[in-house]
Amino acid sequence: MFNNAIPHELALQHALKSALWAGLRFSSETTTQRAVRNDKPERNESSLEEGVMCEVLVDGHFGHAATADLSLAGLQRAFDRAVATTRATSGHKVHAFSATQRPPANGKYTSARQRNLDATSVAEITDCLLVASKAMNVSDKLVNRSASAMIVQTQINFFSSNGSETRQSFDLVDITLSATAAEGLESQTRSWQHTGQFGGESFDRDTFAQQGERVAQQALALLAAENCPSARMDLLLMPDQMMLQIHESIGHPLELDRILGDERNYAGWSFVKKEDFGHLKYGSALMNVSFDPTKSNEFASYDFDDGGNPATKEILIKNGVLQRGLGSLESQARSGLPGVANFRSASWNRAPIDRMGNINLEPGTSSLDELIGEVGHGVLMHTNRSWSIDDYRNKFQFGCEYAQMIENGALGQVVRNPNYRGVTVDFWGRLAGVGHTDSTFGTSYCGKGEPSQVIRVGHASPPCLFRDVEVFGGQA
Amino acid sequence: MSTGHGSGGFAARVQAHFDAVAARVLSDLVAGEELTINVTAEETLFVRFNSNRVRQNTDVEQINVSLCLQSNGRTVEKSRTMSGDLESDQAALTRLLASCRDEALSLPLDPDQVPVVNNGVSIEEFSGALLAPEDVVPSVVASATGCDLAGLYAGGVSIRGNRNSKGQSHWFATETFVLDYSIYNGPKAAKGCYAGSTWNASEWATNLERTKTLLALQSLPQQDVKPGSYRTYLAPRAFSDLLGMLNWNALSAAAWKQGRSPFKKLAEHETTLSPLLTIEENFSVGLTPRFNSLGEVSETHLPLISGGVLKNLLVSSRTAKEYAMVANGACAEESPRAMDVSAGTLDEKDVLAALGTGLYLSNLHYLNWSDPVSARVTGMTRYACFWVENGVIAGPIKDLRWDESLYGALGSKLMALTSHTEIDPAVDTYYRRSLGGSRTPGALIEGFTFTL
Repeated sequence: MFNNAIPHELALQHALKSALWAGLRFSSETTTQRAVRNDKPERNESSLEEGVMCEVLVDGHFGHAATADLSLAGLQRAFDRAVATTRATSGHKVHAFSATQRPPANGKYTSARQRNLDATSVAEITDCLLVASKAMNVSDKLVNRSASAMIVQTQINFFSSNGSETRQSFDLVDITLSATAAEGLESQTRSWQHTGQFGGESFDRDTFAQQGERVAQQALALLAAENCPSARMDLLLMPDQMMLQIHESIGHPLELDRILGDERNYAGWSFVKKEDFGHLKYGSALMNVSFDPTKSNEFASYDFDDGGNPATKEILIKNGVLQRGLGSLESQARSGLPGVANFRSASWNRAPIDRMGNINLEPGTSSLDELIGEVGHGVLMHTNRSWSIDDYRNKFQFGCEYAQMIENGALGQVVRNPNYRGVTVDFWGRLAGVGHTDSTFGTSYCGKGEPSQVIRVGHASPPCLFRDVEVFGGQA
Repeated sequence: MSTGHGSGGFAARVQAHFDAVAARVLSDLVAGEELTINVTAEETLFVRFNSNRVRQNTDVEQINVSLCLQSNGRTVEKSRTMSGDLESDQAALTRLLASCRDEALSLPLDPDQVPVVNNGVSIEEFSGALLAPEDVVPSVVASATGCDLAGLYAGGVSIRGNRNSKGQSHWFATETFVLDYSIYNGPKAAKGCYAGSTWNASEWATNLERTKTLLALQSLPQQDVKPGSYRTYLAPRAFSDLLGMLNWNALSAAAWKQGRSPFKKLAEHETTLSPLLTIEENFSVGLTPRFNSLGEVSETHLPLISGGVLKNLLVSSRTAKEYAMVANGACAEESPRAMDVSAGTLDEKDVLAALGTGLYLSNLHYLNWSDPVSARVTGMTRYACFWVENGVIAGPIKDLRWDESLYGALGSKLMALTSHTEIDPAVDTYYRRSLGGSRTPGALIEGFTFTL
């Protein structure tokens, strides 16, 4: 995939005629999307996004120019553009940076996988999708039976004038099965997702058949179910909803570039202030949260960020107290706060910014049965369906696909349209139980930045119990 | 000032390049094959601001070509970045076509395949007079001296093109800029957007002054507004935010047929919206090309909702084939590309009096369906939002969460639309600069529901 003939050394030498430091990040990403709906092919597409981001440090300001022309002349032109624009803007720079924010780094990373994705045939993938679609066909009420797979293969190579040379290779899989049951004006959808750094082992016919039938049966159960009641009650969130709760109410507010105001015009600011680190009681003492780029198979695992900073696991929240933010070396220099290796870009044509990576809630000590057993009157919710939170990351409202009531420590009837709302720190203070076994999920579509970027993030969490939360259902 | 449409300009270079690579790959087709080719390209300078200073600047030149091959009843689409070098790009597309061919052999028949036809030839080019790259930052920050300004300037040439094996050919190139920004007084903020094809310093200064006026109003005493139902005025940008939810399956014929439409009751004529509400696709505004990725050309005006009654869902050719419907030039996603909401009769100067006591919302934030079957949407207030008492702005509010059905907000609760409208240009920059936008009036709504 990687064209070793790219003349990065000569291009960097050219850039150094005008810049104090220069970097060159080559990115080549092939994304293949296959989808089947109601047993028919819906989508067979692939894209190759390939190019170089040329980065320079001029007058204490980092600037960028992106090009897909990988010849020496093309790279030199891009560096010249980067130098010219950066020189013109450096007089108004937000901070005086140095090459310290681009430490020399050397190494290689390859995704953990059992079987190379290149060895997985089109026919094999299509067959799995068809198996799932057919397995969902358990009733005439299943009006939409879709199965899709996104396969991403990415190579990112980073070279710099102070000696960095990192080569990272990623294999990623994002599979979704979705069944919609409808009758009259009512409809309900249930889905299953498998996401992470995996290889061809993800395409297992039996799994597709089992999960396809399960989501179809559960969509039918939702269609026949009553609305989730509206009241304050205990709330047990399963890992495929915890991922969203962590993402929106922990990950984003801890991004140092948000705290520094970079995102104010787009994704928003943060209720967290610089002086809160080391002091703010974010949640109950059961709450332990990490930034972990080392977890095998999670979506955002890597050895180096896009600035060459080596990636290590760091604790963000310990026993409920805020410890550390999600900030790159640039944000650390601006804020004076410790951070993590999270300077990441979505593609060859975007500059890196502070991103989330893998944000995980560390396991506790309870089994799922024990958590259910601790609930007198409550509800267990699976799988995010709706998400919304304010620009300071305080007031949220999230909805799920599937829920079951809990009465006197036992799971009860299925209810549909389950939602809950709350305010971040108050909500995490209600954390009363943490499961001992986590599951890993993620999304390919975390949006942020100006210009905007979608990036992959991972979230591992056990089931978690929250006391006395505002829960509500759909309109009757 | 600079222009990208000179003989050496980016648009001209890309057009010549696309002509050449398209001609070559079309000549590679064999019997039984049909091909549709699309190009997207941009030459953009992005400058990100924080505290009226530069956080990041990025130049981007990118060209992307996609091939959609129909071969023996199968459909395969592949795309790739172009280097700009003719010889290597022609060779790359030849390999890409061969790859499509190989893959088609492994795929099942595509029964909903849309036959390739010739939908004609069109050329639309809009030149601009943008700031030279070195002038962007001084021009932006000069008027904003003393402001805590955050935002993004994105300026340059955006291109869409299309060809197919039946002789169809479309070309759209436009040279524009967008300065999407907000200004701050501590946590108080006001939002603005200056966009166009010719930078004008006095227009920018006027735009900024209007936003400063909104920010200054936030120095009034903060108002404590409890959750509840209030008469609410959505200024045009806020109403555009709310109507943006129509992009999320509401007007899609496929979503309706597949049980995913929040407007199922409307589509099946079980209900209507307010007679005040008329929405159409209106391509005469010129923000986006009329052709879609198949090269089909939409009618200039396509009524969607007239007097509260659904007139047309957006129907792509693929949906039409599958469900025996009539296609209307919709894109594959079946979302509006040029939404135009008819003005009402409420004069801008009478808005506060008509509102009386209630909420004035300039912007909304982070909308999502909270109960799709009942078209219920949740979201937040954002930026300059005020409590109004007896027709007078009392002061700013803390951000509120709301949760309201569009059947209500666009139905029986819709009291009035303003006689003035505003264009809300697409400012999204995911993958590349977006084209398009919407035109909306402001909306006065009774009993809008705030929950947190």
